Amino acid sequence: MTTAAQQIQGAISIRNVTKIYDPEGVHVVAMQDCSFEIAAGEFVAIVGPSGCGKTTLLNAIAGFDTITSGEIHLDGELISSTRKQIKPDVDRMVVFQNGALFPWKTVMENIIYGPVVQGRVKKSAAAGAAREMLSQVGLNGIEDKYPEELSSGVQRRVEILRALINQPKVVMLDEPFRGLDAVAKTVMHEFLMEVFCAAPRTMFFITHDLDEAIFLGNKVVIMTTRPARLKKIVHVNLPWPREHHMLGSEAYLELKREVLEAVHEEAKKAFEAGEREMA
Amino acid sequence: MKKISKVVNVKTLRGVVSVVFFVALWQLVVLVKVPYLQNLPYPKEVAVDGIQAAGSKAYWFDWGISLMRIFIGFIAAQLIGIPLGLAMGISRIFKSYTFPVFEILRPIPPIAWIPIAILFWPTRELSIYFLVFIGAFFIIVINVLQGVSNISVSLKWAATSLGARPKDIFWKIMVPGSLPSIVTGMTVGMGVTWNVLIAAEMIAGQGGLGRMTWEAYTNHNIPFIVVGMVSIGVAGYLCSTFIRWLGEKAMPWKRKF
Repeated sequence: MTTAAQQIQGAISIRNVTKIYDPEGVHVVAMQDCSFEIAAGEFVAIVGPSGCGKTTLLNAIAGFDTITSGEIHLDGELISSTRKQIKPDVDRMVVFQNGALFPWKTVMENIIYGPVVQGRVKKSAAAGAAREMLSQVGLNGIEDKYPEELSSGVQRRVEILRALINQPKVVMLDEPFRGLDAVAKTVMHEFLMEVFCAAPRTMFFITHDLDEAIFLGNKVVIMTTRPARLKKIVHVNLPWPREHHMLGSEAYLELKREVLEAVHEEAKKAFEAGEREMA
Repeated sequence: MKKISKVVNVKTLRGVVSVVFFVALWQLVVLVKVPYLQNLPYPKEVAVDGIQAAGSKAYWFDWGISLMRIFIGFIAAQLIGIPLGLAMGISRIFKSYTFPVFEILRPIPPIAWIPIAILFWPTRELSIYFLVFIGAFFIIVINVLQGVSNISVSLKWAATSLGARPKDIFWKIMVPGSLPSIVTGMTVGMGVTWNVLIAAEMIAGQGGLGRMTWEAYTNHNIPFIVVGMVSIGVAGYLCSTFIRWLGEKAMPWKRKF
């Protein structure tokens, strides 16, 4: 594990990042002076009140949006600042909130899209790799189906595989399991656990589900209500791989209390701020 | 066997009942001489005329002329309209230069273009092509434009993350992403196109189903007027079916349900 860990890349350093939308006009401060570190190969769960700026941070790391001040580094390399317009790159893959499989491509075409469009490998080689990935997670036989023919749980897994086939340093997931029922969610958690343990890499996982955050995360990063700053980091010292019976353990309940308390404080602030805006 | 049970089901049976009922009602209306409708021919008279027409070359020639006019005008509208809609959807700058003029011209009913079309084009035939073009053009552009702007930004971002360059985004995301709207625009445009064509033929055309119907009117041949109307209906239906079939072929991901 330790020797493998040394090879793992994907350390993210978020330094005093501020993001202001429409500074000349509405002036919405989404993030203010937000700083924290993510170690390479760490599974980080990000929680915080709705609309607090979690997705803003994700977009900044992914390179979809600029930041107003501060710096973001990936493995010591500056990837975003006011001086450098960040670009999306295949080393940072995103799994989107509402799903972003291409509806007009089959499962196979979706998964191999990255390697093929990058011109890295031949189509047939990519297809072979994709088929292997699918069968490893027990999803063989759906290669020629279109996304809309699949349940949302399977769609999410395919989208995660589409990200993983590119061997990214970082996988960013924006509430990927939102809207799934509790049973489907546990299947997704086991799936994610399996692919993460098979090839650890940095995971940046935004969620509203505190159980999910603790169950999956090495650490839970709690953000403040808008503007987003770091509120608290809770380290989760449960053993790997995580199993569902752990959700009842004393250690787990203690962690949950700690996270819940911090989240609740921010939720209350967000609620009060909302009331002020209404008045 | 399976195919037959697919065709002969309750739904098609109801359809047959509906048509039979309509013809019976028509027969009744003529029979009891409903006021203002005394001149209406019996269904049988129309059927006889229709069958007779179907045996003549002149009738099918009119079909051919109308279909060719639709084809030329409609295709031209797609060839110019789809790229224009895509360009307007992708480039905000291009849109801000073109959209205002487009929106001034769009509400003008295609039929209102008839006088100016006749005056400005050197031949009547060209002016009819132009009118058919107008009938489909604005609809396809507005649909493509909407289709492009409805493509979720996550799809574009996902493609960019996966390594797509701007040209890949255009061909692999924008074009297939706006395809459903293109097909909708074509379906609606096809309907409008037939409206415009018939009006144009009645006013300015030589030959064609619209002209044929109009000539039946000037000869006071009422059964043949109805034959003309039914022919136009069938022709329009066939064209719409063709577009639907094309849409299903182009979008296999929509068909699988």
